[in-house]
Amino acid sequence: MVGLHHSEFKNPVIRWIDTRLPIFTLMQAEYGKFPTPKNFNSLWNFGAFATVMLVVMIITGIFLAMNYDPNTSHAFDSVEHIMRDVNFGWLLRYLHSNGASMFFAVVYIHTFRGLYYGSYKAPRELLWILGMVIFLLLMATAFLGYTLPWGQMSFWGATVITNLFSAIPFVGKAIVTWLWGGFSVDNPTLNRFFAFHFLLPFVICAVVFLHVWALHMTGSNNPTGVEPKTAADTVPFHPYYTAKDFLGVVIFMMVYAAFTFYFPNILGHPDNYIEGNPMVTPAHIVPEWYFLPFYAILRAVTWTITIPFTSIVLIEAKLGGVLAMFGSIAVLFALPWLDRNPVRSCNYRPVYQKFMWALVVIWILLGMAGGHAPDDHVMIFGTDLGFTWVVIAQLGMLYYFVHFLVVVPYLSKHEKTLPLPESIDADVQAKIAAKIAAIKGGNA
Amino acid sequence: MKRFLCFLFAVTMALPALAKEEVKYPGVNWPQDGMLGTYDRASLQRGYQVYKQVCSACHAMKQISYRNLSDLGYTEDQIKTLAAEVTVQDGPDDSGNMFDRPGRPSDHFKAPFANEKAARAANGGAYPKDLSLMVKAREGHADYVHALLIGFDDPPAGFKVPTGMYYNKYFEGHLIGMPSPLSADGLVSYADGTVATKDQMAKDVTEFLSWASEPELETRKKIGLQVLIFLGVFAVIMYFAKKQVWKGVKH
Repeated sequence: MVGLHHSEFKNPVIRWIDTRLPIFTLMQAEYGKFPTPKNFNSLWNFGAFATVMLVVMIITGIFLAMNYDPNTSHAFDSVEHIMRDVNFGWLLRYLHSNGASMFFAVVYIHTFRGLYYGSYKAPRELLWILGMVIFLLLMATAFLGYTLPWGQMSFWGATVITNLFSAIPFVGKAIVTWLWGGFSVDNPTLNRFFAFHFLLPFVICAVVFLHVWALHMTGSNNPTGVEPKTAADTVPFHPYYTAKDFLGVVIFMMVYAAFTFYFPNILGHPDNYIEGNPMVTPAHIVPEWYFLPFYAILRAVTWTITIPFTSIVLIEAKLGGVLAMFGSIAVLFALPWLDRNPVRSCNYRPVYQKFMWALVVIWILLGMAGGHAPDDHVMIFGTDLGFTWVVIAQLGMLYYFVHFLVVVPYLSKHEKTLPLPESIDADVQAKIAAKIAAIKGGNA
Repeated sequence: MKRFLCFLFAVTMALPALAKEEVKYPGVNWPQDGMLGTYDRASLQRGYQVYKQVCSACHAMKQISYRNLSDLGYTEDQIKTLAAEVTVQDGPDDSGNMFDRPGRPSDHFKAPFANEKAARAANGGAYPKDLSLMVKAREGHADYVHALLIGFDDPPAGFKVPTGMYYNKYFEGHLIGMPSPLSADGLVSYADGTVATKDQMAKDVTEFLSWASEPELETRKKIGLQVLIFLGVFAVIMYFAKKQVWKGVKH
């Protein structure tokens, strides 16, 4: 019996399986007993939400694929066929289209939580990087999926984004032709986009598996950023966090349902209910809301870089925009090495905390800049401020890169941080004591 | 978390200050708006009559079949009669020839023109758009479509309107290739005796087009309420379950 696992389960069937394939022991260790910091706030629910969304998107997506036709002359009508003739097809499609928005909202908050509480720092660098890989794959999948209904924004969005690759020097044009499978976005493009849109979610599943694996090696971070030291700092994952995640998921589902059933198109663009037409360009080509900050950065670069004192162009504005956009994600990959401050949580980093909130405000402003035409004037309560949205995008981009490449490395060395609590449990006890004191003080 | 939510709330409140100014349309209280909104069946039938007698001369609705008219409250026999009013080309038959037959409920609405080229040739180069998704495919939705239909007016002094174009208050750029389709009161004589003013016809046909864009709206809103009630009750139960589980832990 060499190599067989010694199972502790009593049930003979479970024991039989577990001896040969210790999957029950694994689940028990990783999702049953798994020691988890007891002081999570609600922001720690969002990983569970993201997992739920991945599953919902794959299930609805598969049923949509059964009724969808990836052919330029039938795609738009086949989506309407799903909406009108397939039983509960409208529900599948609205769950899927709003699901993409929910997925991104959840992932943005999940990422913000990682940034704010320093979850990317040693020993969780690889966990963070795998998260960033998932984010990139998610963006690719969402972009491909948005092309499929073949509305005006689908078609022109695909045209604009694939054209970005033409900015690559020398080989750009050839790469774009290769991506399109022809000389414009056309049937071969739609076919391959559908194939990749079907494939990538399963790649995401695989990377999510690695992400969770890495998480279970290091254990979770927590709002104090102090590693658990004794058993008093943690609770077993089940039933404590299964119960909490379940509650969170039900509340999250209510938000998702409110969009799906009552505002199913509010996050989309009306133009995408017009069939894609290569002969008619929409007045403003805008991506879905979750790409707007990146779109703003892409369009913020309006200048070419030349070799000084000559007119030889080094980087054209278009290439500059593409580099800036990819650079904005690249800095996130490098973050664990840009920020080496041993204090993780922003709660104990008073200066960096302010920059963190500034980053969120800037990110939202970048999103708004992405939604406007670059030469639209910025208006507040109907008053023209005298400058255009591209200026906001440029300043926002400047802050974004200064934040990660100057502020973060500087504060990493020079910030005077607040004293950390002795342990998670000590922090919890102190907070409870403070609360009791406050109540007593209030009564006195 | 509290701080995060407060922050999000503050930002959401501040956003409208930077928003674009919205065009104001004459307000209509659409019966399909609201948590449990439903379409007005009588208005839908009148609207269909306006579409059939006015709009369908130029505008197709390729996503809609005659059988869908059961949503408007028509009976199966009425729908068969309505469908049979048009002639549809079918085939090929056993000897390989195309033939004409009366329309069936399963047929899609018959398009007024064979193709885009024919439509443009008959309309001075302009292409009358398919109306199946018109309400969903425009900012402002039903309010915009209704406003557009009653928005034909004399241009302001000095505004040049080229031949073949028409002035419309609500159309972007104000120059539209479509002449006022509901140009006079009483253009349609309603089967139910309602007085067919321009505004009444515009409202009815917009109601009909809203249905055409979102035929699932009533089911969607009804199921939505059930889902929200279910999840709401579930959330309360889970809240207390979670509290019970965490009772012994200081956190």
